[in-house]
Amino acid sequence: MLRSFGYWITLYRRTWRGSIVINVLNPLLFLIGVGAGLGSLVDDNAPTQIAGVTYAAFFAPGMLAAAAMQNAFLEGSAGVARAAGFGAYRGATPTPLKPEQLAAGHLLFIAFRVLIASGAFIVVMAAFGLIGGWWALGALLGATLTGVAFAAPAAAWAVGVRKLRHIDTVFRFVIMPLYMFSGTFFAVSQLPEWIRPVSYVLPLWHGVELCRTLSLGTATIIGSSVHVIYLLALAVGGFLVARITYRRRLHP
Amino acid sequence: MSERPLVAATGLTKVYPRRRSTAEFRAVDGIDFEVQRGEAFGLLGPNGAGKSTTMRMIAATSPISGGSLRVLGMDPMRQGPEIRSRLGVVTQDDCLDNELTVRENLHIYGRYFSLPRAVIRERVTRLLGFAQLEEKAGDQVETLSGGMRRRLTIARSLINEPDILLLDEPTTGLDPQARHILWDRLFRLKQEGVTLILTTHYMDEAEQLCDRLVVVDHGRIVAHGSPRDLITRYATRDVLELRFRLDERDTAAEKLRTSPLATGGNDTDGRVELLPDRVLVYAADGEAALSTVHAMSLTPLTALVRRATLEDVFLKLTGRSLIE
Repeated sequence: MLRSFGYWITLYRRTWRGSIVINVLNPLLFLIGVGAGLGSLVDDNAPTQIAGVTYAAFFAPGMLAAAAMQNAFLEGSAGVARAAGFGAYRGATPTPLKPEQLAAGHLLFIAFRVLIASGAFIVVMAAFGLIGGWWALGALLGATLTGVAFAAPAAAWAVGVRKLRHIDTVFRFVIMPLYMFSGTFFAVSQLPEWIRPVSYVLPLWHGVELCRTLSLGTATIIGSSVHVIYLLALAVGGFLVARITYRRRLHP
Repeated sequence: MSERPLVAATGLTKVYPRRRSTAEFRAVDGIDFEVQRGEAFGLLGPNGAGKSTTMRMIAATSPISGGSLRVLGMDPMRQGPEIRSRLGVVTQDDCLDNELTVRENLHIYGRYFSLPRAVIRERVTRLLGFAQLEEKAGDQVETLSGGMRRRLTIARSLINEPDILLLDEPTTGLDPQARHILWDRLFRLKQEGVTLILTTHYMDEAEQLCDRLVVVDHGRIVAHGSPRDLITRYATRDVLELRFRLDERDTAAEKLRTSPLATGGNDTDGRVELLPDRVLVYAADGEAALSTVHAMSLTPLTALVRRATLEDVFLKLTGRSLIE
């Protein structure tokens, strides 16, 4: 697993500067644009509607989780499909590395990338005074776990995908709608009552809730445990399936 | 005392199960062969004959469906990583990392085999020399020519000093000069005692590199022996290639087929093959055969006398040419 992880790190060493800049700029633009811009509109017209905090403080951790999901999904799907089709996996298949080790190494690298990106996000949040103290560390781990919970099932599926446009389709019709129904931009309690149960089973909702409660300091042991267990189950389940699908694709 | 073979296959079979869009496919249909240490063994056949599938099974990256296979005395189904750690594999597509440099590509590969960094450094220097890529060591792979990429792929496959080097169509898609450089490199490896197993659909390549080969078609072995053996067994010494004007071709072919050129000798000597673009006359003496053609008052547009090759063997065995 570490041998395969080492490959991705070697590759990352060539691009990390650019990717860190993006990791910082992205949340900066989002927090200024949506947090300050849309936030002032929300805060002036509907104060205390959302969890009793400013819109920026509400929105930022939601975005943190959603960004972790998006980054992890893209690397776990398109990145994996490319590696399996003509990239890194092909080169590594004839070596002593097993398919499951390639899967684990790549997922470890995705987790690392999400950790860096989420760290940058949280630093920007702290600069806006939206998070602080040990809670920030919890939110960092929560966001990383959210990412892995998406990356592992995505990789298990994408390793067998031969047409990259299938990934676009899933991104558009599965990942994007998750933003809307998982309490990223507004609380699930503002959705019609009949739709809320759907939100509660969506993985992103668990990621958003985990990050938000940790960020706002309202986390409870039981609530957070439920979110963590749900997300861990997705990550572990995804990896177990990936062990099979990787072998099927790489050792046909 | 005979040593145990490095690779031994008996009744080796590979069946790809039926999928949504494809029917069940027997890619390899019960083949037997052995490869001894130090020899260069070839699998010759057209595209889709089952060569690459056989190579993948030997490389322990594709489970076998039937028969038995031992590689380096081990079972590829259960000891895959152990086998792979002692093989070098050159796949058909290079699978190099375009974004990394030549040196980094070699280094990464060494890490995959868990080699210590100092060992990798020493071997990389040596392999760069072997592949004649010293000056390109710091360049991104993206900038290399096709021939250089292949040499790098071969260098990469040698990073673990393998017992067997597997080459799947090593020179497909290369220009003639690049092919000759590559053959020279492979010949050196052979001289150093590296066991080579290669697939090819180029008969000149098989004749250049292989001590012994099997001809495969539709997943089965149709002949085996040394290139020389096969040519003497299944072809004549010479081949006369004739091209006729389109409107004369059929009558000329008919005349040739009923002439002593086609019926004069035994099974291999004296045979006429009609190909879409030319007529082949197999004869022990090509010049004499050409005189006979002229004596029949046939006037071919072009006439060429050449030595028989493995291509002719393949044509004889399957009735089809190798590259269609």
